[in-house]
Amino acid sequence: MAGSKSRMPVAKTYKIYIGGKFPRTESGRYFTIDGGDGSVIANICRGSRKDFRNAVVAARKAFPGWSGTSAYLRGQILYRIAEMLEGRAEQFVAELVLQGVSKRRARKEVDVSIDRLIYYAGWSDKYQQIFSAVNPVSSPHFNFSMLEPTGVVSVLAPDDSGLLGFVSNIAPVIVGGNTTVVLASEQRPLCAVSFAEVLHASDVPAGVVNVLTGYREELTGQFASHMDVNAVVYCDAEADDAADIQVRAADNLKRVVDRVGTDWSSENAQNPYRIKDTQEIKTTWHPIGS
Amino acid sequence: MSLAAVAASGRIPDMGQVTLVDEVGVKERAARFQTRSIKKESKAEALRMVLSMIDLTTLEGQDTPGKVRQLCQKAIDLHDALPDLPQVAAVCVYPTMVGVARKVLGDADIKVASVATAFPSGMAPRQIKLEETRIAVEEGADEIDMVISRGRFLQGEYDFVFDEIAAIKEACGDAHLKVILETGELGALDRVRRASVLAMHAGADFIKTSTGKIQPAATLPVTLVMLQAIRDHYYETGRMVGMKPAGGISSAKLAVHYLVMLRETLGNAWITPEWYRFGASSLANDVLMQIRKQATGVYQSADYFSKD
Repeated sequence: MAGSKSRMPVAKTYKIYIGGKFPRTESGRYFTIDGGDGSVIANICRGSRKDFRNAVVAARKAFPGWSGTSAYLRGQILYRIAEMLEGRAEQFVAELVLQGVSKRRARKEVDVSIDRLIYYAGWSDKYQQIFSAVNPVSSPHFNFSMLEPTGVVSVLAPDDSGLLGFVSNIAPVIVGGNTTVVLASEQRPLCAVSFAEVLHASDVPAGVVNVLTGYREELTGQFASHMDVNAVVYCDAEADDAADIQVRAADNLKRVVDRVGTDWSSENAQNPYRIKDTQEIKTTWHPIGS
Repeated sequence: MSLAAVAASGRIPDMGQVTLVDEVGVKERAARFQTRSIKKESKAEALRMVLSMIDLTTLEGQDTPGKVRQLCQKAIDLHDALPDLPQVAAVCVYPTMVGVARKVLGDADIKVASVATAFPSGMAPRQIKLEETRIAVEEGADEIDMVISRGRFLQGEYDFVFDEIAAIKEACGDAHLKVILETGELGALDRVRRASVLAMHAGADFIKTSTGKIQPAATLPVTLVMLQAIRDHYYETGRMVGMKPAGGISSAKLAVHYLVMLRETLGNAWITPEWYRFGASSLANDVLMQIRKQATGVYQSADYFSKD
């Protein structure tokens, strides 16, 4: 670009996203992402368990409001996220390329991410009637079962798919009325932080999605053990780690959702059962007349 | 009979002589207490101390005997999963609920505190305030939390406010008197200091920041000004007066910072439920969650702690 030599480019500070704000980690720590050739792409917040604790507080606070919005509105908001992502597609492609993804694959990852949001936006007011039921009972009762969001869901996003893996995991969680705290990919965290900016511009209420960056090893245990988290989703855990997550999750009977081995770019990575995975079934017995 | 005759110092202080407050300095000083890092054993000890100083409070128009009974049960037995917890200092209720609380608490070493004097506004004739105080004491209140007449105070009618506090003190008999200044309605810190001095000279056993019904309620700067007034009153008269910040202190961490401020302003003599209280409804649960977090290493959820 002409005259670019006279100007120093302004680099973005990648921060975490908690309660609708972009703070730095309370721990003041960071780690660096390199571009594969030894160059430093960015400094990334090395989030701490206290950041996680704060994020869960924000998510819990946002839950009554978000779960109380109409299915239609949640769908509209997911659609809005897709619109915003579409408008910023080039930025995400560039960020993926910067993190070592080929141009062609980066383009596809962004496109599929947008489509995935549209997919779940469409399901927002439809999954309930698919999974709900009127149950036959041999007493004068009208008996029916329906879904309710489980609450705060902690998500350990996949490491290899910085954007698509992230989007594919949060969309079914929030479309069902849950709020979430997500640990971004450790290797490729840039897109998750930029995606938080997209969420921020899409009428997603503060605290519904909270994004942390940091080390898996340090934070996984916290994601699994926190008593105020109702479900934990993991995507990469080796057998030992998965067992550890399940043991920790058992303390307050969290739902444990195993997404290991998913090919995120595949059609199979999206279906309404993924919404149901973080829902509770409530059954009501309603007396019938005389 | 002269009402002032029964007051602590026996005279109305010259309000023109009350020390002025350096507002900027107080705020900076108060902010520094929040930079203290309290960890491990000190934190564990501080959390238990906070619990022992809590006046477990319910002051809602929707209070029922059932709710008060439940609150008293909680005061006696804070959390089953944590044995050997200290008890809270008191239960704080409206006068009509004092009898209920007294009955449930029985022999437990937990005081019954009652707000009185047309709480929270204080807008009632003096006879009614006195009668309300007497009734609360007869019903079994150990402590009375009165509100001052802020309107009169702001008009500069210090004599009126002084006489009123002294009269209520007399009506309290053996019950301890906490005087609520409602600092959120007083405005400048200078007025907080003046109201503190007035209340202490009029016989207050405790001075208390707020009713909890007005924002802002207790803040660190306001509490610091009141603590300094207590300190100077002690140097002047040799009489200890207690302090109770109330309203808005809902996190354990903040409560610990209040204790740090207490320690560094008044010293160890005041760090006991006899001289320092927290007025709070949700603080106890946050402290319990922190104590349990320390015991288990796992962050806790409000779902597992009883609301009342």
